[in-house]
Amino acid sequence: MSARAVYVRGVGLHPFGRFDDKDVTRLGQHAVRAGLREAEVGRGGFQAAFCGTVYTGVAAGHKVLTSLGLSGAPIVNVEAGCASGGAALSLGVSQVASGECDTVLVFGMEKMPRGIIRSSFFPPWCEKAGLTPAPAYFALRARRLLQESGVTREHLARVSVKNHGNGVDNPFAMYRKPLTIDQVLASKMVCDPLTLFMLCSPNEGAACVVLGATPGPVGPPVRVLASVVRSHLPGSALGEHTPMAGRIADDPPSPTELAAREAFHKAAVGPADLDVVEVQDTDSGREILSIEELGLCDRADGGAFVADGIGERDGRLPVNPSGGLLSKGEPLGASALGQIVELTWQLRSAADRRQVEGARTALGHTVGRGANASVTILQR
Amino acid sequence: MAQVAIQPGLFTAPPQPRLLAGQCDGCRERHFPTADFCPYCSHDAISICEVGATGTLYLHTVVNSAPPGYDGPVPYGFGLVDLPEGLRVVTRLVAPDLAELRSGLPVRLVVEPLYRDDDGNDVLSWAYGPATKARR
Repeated sequence: MSARAVYVRGVGLHPFGRFDDKDVTRLGQHAVRAGLREAEVGRGGFQAAFCGTVYTGVAAGHKVLTSLGLSGAPIVNVEAGCASGGAALSLGVSQVASGECDTVLVFGMEKMPRGIIRSSFFPPWCEKAGLTPAPAYFALRARRLLQESGVTREHLARVSVKNHGNGVDNPFAMYRKPLTIDQVLASKMVCDPLTLFMLCSPNEGAACVVLGATPGPVGPPVRVLASVVRSHLPGSALGEHTPMAGRIADDPPSPTELAAREAFHKAAVGPADLDVVEVQDTDSGREILSIEELGLCDRADGGAFVADGIGERDGRLPVNPSGGLLSKGEPLGASALGQIVELTWQLRSAADRRQVEGARTALGHTVGRGANASVTILQR
Repeated sequence: MAQVAIQPGLFTAPPQPRLLAGQCDGCRERHFPTADFCPYCSHDAISICEVGATGTLYLHTVVNSAPPGYDGPVPYGFGLVDLPEGLRVVTRLVAPDLAELRSGLPVRLVVEPLYRDDDGNDVLSWAYGPATKARR
């Protein structure tokens, strides 16, 4: 498909955390105003808006844009679980690439319930039977890594230490204190092998990415080379679509593998071309699994990737320099776009102390309930 | 007092219970719980088959605090069990000592009371536990 180039014209971010004095519309307003201001786009300046959100209810994006006097263009609210922001972005990118729109507003926002996420996804009897807690599913995937990928408990802890260390330098993150491997391993056991400090917190926040057919006024131009969302294929009992059963035989490619293949193909780059990545790290095992599924290391080499320090901030391929979800927390609708904001700053050399020197090509990834996975590749 | 299943159509009654799986008359893939349409090929002719008296533990963890909506005992085991019929099922796990759970462990299906509902009924659910141990 011959398509127009798509640029990130501007970005805006509301910190991720807990903000009892603000409703979700207020969080969205903050991010949208910041993004549009940077993009120098105002009323009538965008031809479509996509809002990623999961828990917000009816016409959530409309409420934000109505309150700012920015309605009129089509506003579509997008729900795709943890990949909601990525799904909103992919719709916006296709609008610009196709020539349908010259400028598109994409934003995401969330105020998550506290504690273990209670989802309307499962039938009620599954909750009663104890078959729904997300950390338990995360733990099974982590244990598979322990058994099949040379991953140790220390590796799991090291991922959390890395991301919390990165988060110290991120004023938009929720947790900004460094942790030690011993502290992570000694924290409360939630679902073996995952301890409390290996799990991210659901929280609140908002992010905005303004897309355009021409570069924005700030920084070197950042292009969106690919923005892909894929769902799952049937068969995997441990798939993010959380079925009650699957095949014993070989798992089909995961949504992340499907999205990554398509994104690398569209972008005409490969894993070796990447300089910095932000990947789903709802738990520290998930970060390692994401790295494997994205092809950033060979399958079953996740333990060696961590042991060799490849994903550290001074490593060969820094992973989650923002601090990831482990440090920032996870507001579902905003998390994928939060990655795009961070990566845009990285590519503009505007990430302050988190800066990965000379970063030119970047990848963002989310995966979760649905199942949905999003992979976005940016380049300056 | 009465005993009621946590959901109809999931399993047969103890003392020698089986899980009730669906098998597609078209593509022959099995699924659990049974559904009106095959989750592999959308075919609408599904046969019900009894499976899973025994199995092999693939992956496990322990849930230490009760998740929302769950009224059974904690801690409890949670994991994936491979059945000889080719299905890998998500399941609660029980054992006299949850620390003895390990991948490859032979397990056996049990159906037993999980909690008491507001009407005073014992609510039955299924779990897998070590095959070498007598049912609790």
